[in-house]
Amino acid sequence: MAHVVKPSKFGAFGRPVLAWVVGLLFFFPIFWMVLTSFKTDADAVKPEYLLFFKPTLENYLNMTQNYDYWRFASNSVITSVFATIFTLFVGIPAAYAMAFNPSRATKDILIWMLSTKMLPAAAVLYPMTFLTKSMGLYDTHFLIIIVLSLINLPIVVWMLFTYFKEIPKDIIEASQMDGVNTWGEIKEILIPLAWGGIVSTALLCFIFCWNEAYWTVRLTTTDAATLSKLIEGNRAPEGLFFGRLSAVSTAAVGPIVVLGWFCQKQLVKGLTFGAVK
Amino acid sequence: MGRIVLDKVSKSFDKIQVIPPLDLTIEDGEFTVFVGPSGCGKSTLLRMIAGLEDLSAGTIFVDNEDVTQISPSKRGLAMVFQSYALYPHMTVRKNIAFPLRMKKMDQVEIDKRVEAAAKSLNLSDYLERKPGQLSGGQRQRVAIGRAIVRDPLAFLFDEPLSNLDAALRVGMRLEIAEMHKRMNTTMIYVTHDQVEAMTMADKIVVLRAGIIEQIGSPLNLYHKPKNIFVAGFIGSPKMNIFSGPTAEKFNAYYVGIRPEHTTVSMSEGSWKGRVGVAEHLGSDTFIHVHDTGLQDVITVRINGDISVKNGDAIFLTPQIEQIHKFDAQGLRIE
Ligand SMILES: Nc1ncnc2c1ncn2[C@@H]1O[C@H](COP(=O)(O)OP(=O)(O)O)[C@@H](O)[C@H]1O
Ligand SMILES: [Mg+2]
Repeated sequence: MAHVVKPSKFGAFGRPVLAWVVGLLFFFPIFWMVLTSFKTDADAVKPEYLLFFKPTLENYLNMTQNYDYWRFASNSVITSVFATIFTLFVGIPAAYAMAFNPSRATKDILIWMLSTKMLPAAAVLYPMTFLTKSMGLYDTHFLIIIVLSLINLPIVVWMLFTYFKEIPKDIIEASQMDGVNTWGEIKEILIPLAWGGIVSTALLCFIFCWNEAYWTVRLTTTDAATLSKLIEGNRAPEGLFFGRLSAVSTAAVGPIVVLGWFCQKQLVKGLTFGAVK
Repeated sequence: MGRIVLDKVSKSFDKIQVIPPLDLTIEDGEFTVFVGPSGCGKSTLLRMIAGLEDLSAGTIFVDNEDVTQISPSKRGLAMVFQSYALYPHMTVRKNIAFPLRMKKMDQVEIDKRVEAAAKSLNLSDYLERKPGQLSGGQRQRVAIGRAIVRDPLAFLFDEPLSNLDAALRVGMRLEIAEMHKRMNTTMIYVTHDQVEAMTMADKIVVLRAGIIEQIGSPLNLYHKPKNIFVAGFIGSPKMNIFSGPTAEKFNAYYVGIRPEHTTVSMSEGSWKGRVGVAEHLGSDTFIHVHDTGLQDVITVRINGDISVKNGDAIFLTPQIEQIHKFDAQGLRIE
């Protein structure tokens, strides 16, 4: 149902202004970071060069030549992509089962899953490091993919669950009458109907994986190190090199911003198109 | 074929028993209507037959085969939902073809069947549209089309017309009845509307709180209701049912007389009363009569040409042979 909102004086004028203010507020640090990435480390800390300075690509060249940016970037892509796929692969059937065939324990399971997010990661740092090293998984793609998947699974299942809940049960039941098996139901009905929700969940999961720093920094050294590790590595002990750090950070968030930009439309796409009533 | 037998079927949700053990046979080709007030378990019963709801106990047979543990899709039954439950992301063509595609039927045969079903339901011009672009009546037809193409052993309808406006409902009612005459396939139709039940059914099953109150043909229920619940539920306007000294004169605890079985006069009759509201339908007028001393309001149905005014004195005379008598438990006395 479309709600018709009567445009108030505030709505017509104040709302866009407010949106712009909020937008700029959020955008400014990123803008500053991008600007700083084109400054020399020396210029970066000088206030008089805040907006006007002599741009240089030195930081970027340095990053790609001396720091092997592409290896870190490809590790980030590999781990985030596979972790997202794996998370959805487990999360979709789980959320499907809980949304359409709930048992008495379903609510408790959902709460319990979320509660795992309340455990401070530092609490399991030692066992995780010890275990992964002794199992020979330390600094492997496999480990990072599994860790990223497990971290994000609760949120992903919750999100998918809420999206699936919006699909009328009648439609699922009609498809059962029409002769689909469980896999067909997921493929033919569930995924197409919840497509918008699944894409936004996947995107969010991907962003979380990409940005994850606690474990990727601590469970890798070189082979599976991601961009988070690269940024962290530029936090030199003798002081911060802001120009260099900004360049690394810009190169780290760049892909994710571009991805978000392209998926915008998919995110707002609705769920059902008037099948029920 | 499509003979459905329920043997001591019961259903509880958690600890609450919604359907106590119940036996019912639906013959092949029969149009059976489950009717009863909202919440009496009609949908639950239908969904158990469909396989969408597990049984708490009992057995369901379709054509002598025990299907109790068989999944909905393998029972050979088609269902039409109150909400239509169309697939919103598929065109009308794909919606109707869906069950056939799931059966891995040959594409040529699918197209043939879909076209034929669409033609019979006046949907040929809408095959490439999505459900969201159709009116309520058209969506309902698509839902029926999706059921027809499968050539099922039986059709299950769960209040299929209750989301339609009154005029469309009458039209669709007729169409479904005609469809039944044409195909001669078993149909089980759930409704809370006794008019739908009366007009469509071969056999009506009246349910209350999960219990079968009576099974019979529409006229059988109308003329010989087994108890005062059925007497009050079937027929419109409702039967007048009262107890007291007048009832005792008929050697009954409760006496029932239908509005259409009372003769009205302005000058003389068995019961004197005062005209309350008169509802003019044109062909008929329903008069609500007060102060008869029998019960608060007695409804009578008279020819629409007779005019009466609020407050007029009025005399009612029941047609003795049309009086229904019930004992203190509310059961019919012959
Ligand atoms: N999934 C369910 N869980 C618990 N109670 C239910 C469920 N489905 C139906 N009921 C209960 O069973 C009774 C019968 O419901 P239903 O079959 O839908 O009635 P009807 O279709 O006759 O209106 C109602 O009291 C309803 O609250
Ligand atoms: Mg119902």
